[in-house]
Amino acid sequence: MQTHAAAPAPALYVEDVSAGYPDDRRAISGIQFEVQRGERVAVLGPNGAGKSTLFKAIAGVIPFTSGQVSLMGRDCRSSHDLIGYVPQVNLVDWSFPATVGDVVMMGRARRIGWLRWPGRDDRDAVRHALDQVGMLKHIDRRIGALSGGQKQRVFIARALAQAADVLLLDEPFNGVDVTTIEEILATLDRLREDGVTVLVATHDIELALSEFDKLLLLKRTVIAYGTPVEVYTPEHLKAAYGSRVSIMHADDHMLITVDDHGCC
Amino acid sequence: MGQFLEPLQYEFMQRALIAVVMVGVISGVIGCYVVVRGMSFFGDALSHSVLPGVAISYITTGGAVGVNLFFGGLIAGVIAAVGIGWLTRRERLKEDTAIGIVFVAMYALGIAIISHDSRAYGRDLVHILFGNVLGIQGDDLLIMAACGVIVLLGTLLLYKEFQIISFDTNLARTLRLPAEALRLTLLAFIAVTIIASLRVVGIALMLAMLIVPAASAQMIAKRLHHMMRISAALGVIGGVIGLLLSYHLDIAAGPSIVLAMTVIFAAIFSTRRAYLRLRPAPR
Repeated sequence: MQTHAAAPAPALYVEDVSAGYPDDRRAISGIQFEVQRGERVAVLGPNGAGKSTLFKAIAGVIPFTSGQVSLMGRDCRSSHDLIGYVPQVNLVDWSFPATVGDVVMMGRARRIGWLRWPGRDDRDAVRHALDQVGMLKHIDRRIGALSGGQKQRVFIARALAQAADVLLLDEPFNGVDVTTIEEILATLDRLREDGVTVLVATHDIELALSEFDKLLLLKRTVIAYGTPVEVYTPEHLKAAYGSRVSIMHADDHMLITVDDHGCC
Repeated sequence: MGQFLEPLQYEFMQRALIAVVMVGVISGVIGCYVVVRGMSFFGDALSHSVLPGVAISYITTGGAVGVNLFFGGLIAGVIAAVGIGWLTRRERLKEDTAIGIVFVAMYALGIAIISHDSRAYGRDLVHILFGNVLGIQGDDLLIMAACGVIVLLGTLLLYKEFQIISFDTNLARTLRLPAEALRLTLLAFIAVTIIASLRVVGIALMLAMLIVPAASAQMIAKRLHHMMRISAALGVIGGVIGLLLSYHLDIAAGPSIVLAMTVIFAAIFSTRRAYLRLRPAPR
């Protein structure tokens, strides 16, 4: 696909990162992995494994207690705005009076600068970002009037307007129908062509296996990271999910089921 | 109509009118943040918490109104806001619990201070609690105008940052905006608005100025700055109608203004419901 003369710096390099309060079961420690430009990574793990904590630490929403994150070889402390964080849809107040265009414009705040209002460049960037996710025709609609998948795409557009190279999507497939999942995946396919790197936290193991380049199996630390074939083994799954994994051997193939929906 | 506007020939009514218009605009605009951020309880608490500051300036100046009263109230409001912020840090206390504790304590302290002066307790407390728009002097108008300029200019310059911290604090942190400092600035603007409105509706009715026009506007507007403009207009309309009605009906101006705003709210609410029910179902 892409050829590089020299080994390029990874799009995202997470080095020995720990974050969260020590007594919190969602705290993470010793996280280390790297993602190449344009790769699509699914972050899997049981409830409370620290998927949201990991994303928030990378995005700078919560501080990390140790380690460092770099983007394209640059330390993240100065460049968090190159990371776009798309929160879980149910954590946003959708009655807020804002149009789709307003929400995407929020991503430009830092570029616009203090005490200033958006200019022509910013409006163009918003239109371009909405076009990239196929939502331009909805620019003047109220954000709360959109469907779940459309809301996700608007938040992705906001991250693009922010000029983020790395997108973190927290549970975008939770509680949405099949059409919405396909809609989001189609958007992610388009972003891949633009070289945008995407990490998705999800519970949907089948989707992770079929639609992602790499899997990161998390349970407070990295259990396994690599291609689906490397990661999806009984040993790794047992380490992450414990007794909720059942493995059946049928003839020549192995059937693994993970009961990830029963909470606690 | 001419008869309805007749009271405006009096100078005290003209001053009252100017005050009501200014307060309608300021509290209408800043009230939008109170509504979209779901801070009604905090707004009510902050209004009541200014009482000790107001009371001390009142007593020490022997009931004279002026700059002291505004600064006294402002300091008390800031102490309450910081106190609530400190109690809720790292989730030591739930926010509504902390607000409840600080708010009633400050309120009680204010009433205790006023009760020490029997003259003030008998008469002035009513004005502080429910407003005294007809007693407004030229100096009061200047202070209100100064408060208005601070709040409106600040809101204009920090519009997009306030919008982000109100809609999505995660984005504020990712963009490395100083979210906490912005939140405190917004709280300070709310406190200044409360101080500016004190003479018009008083402490006990303040919350209505902040949330009723804004809540009415939210039903109509689809963008925050539209909501602010509509809210400011409704604040002015409700304020002026309420002021004039208070004269004709011989009732206190503060409650009259609040009731006028509430009628506007009810009209918009029911019209919108009827519209939503009658319009053809979306295909």
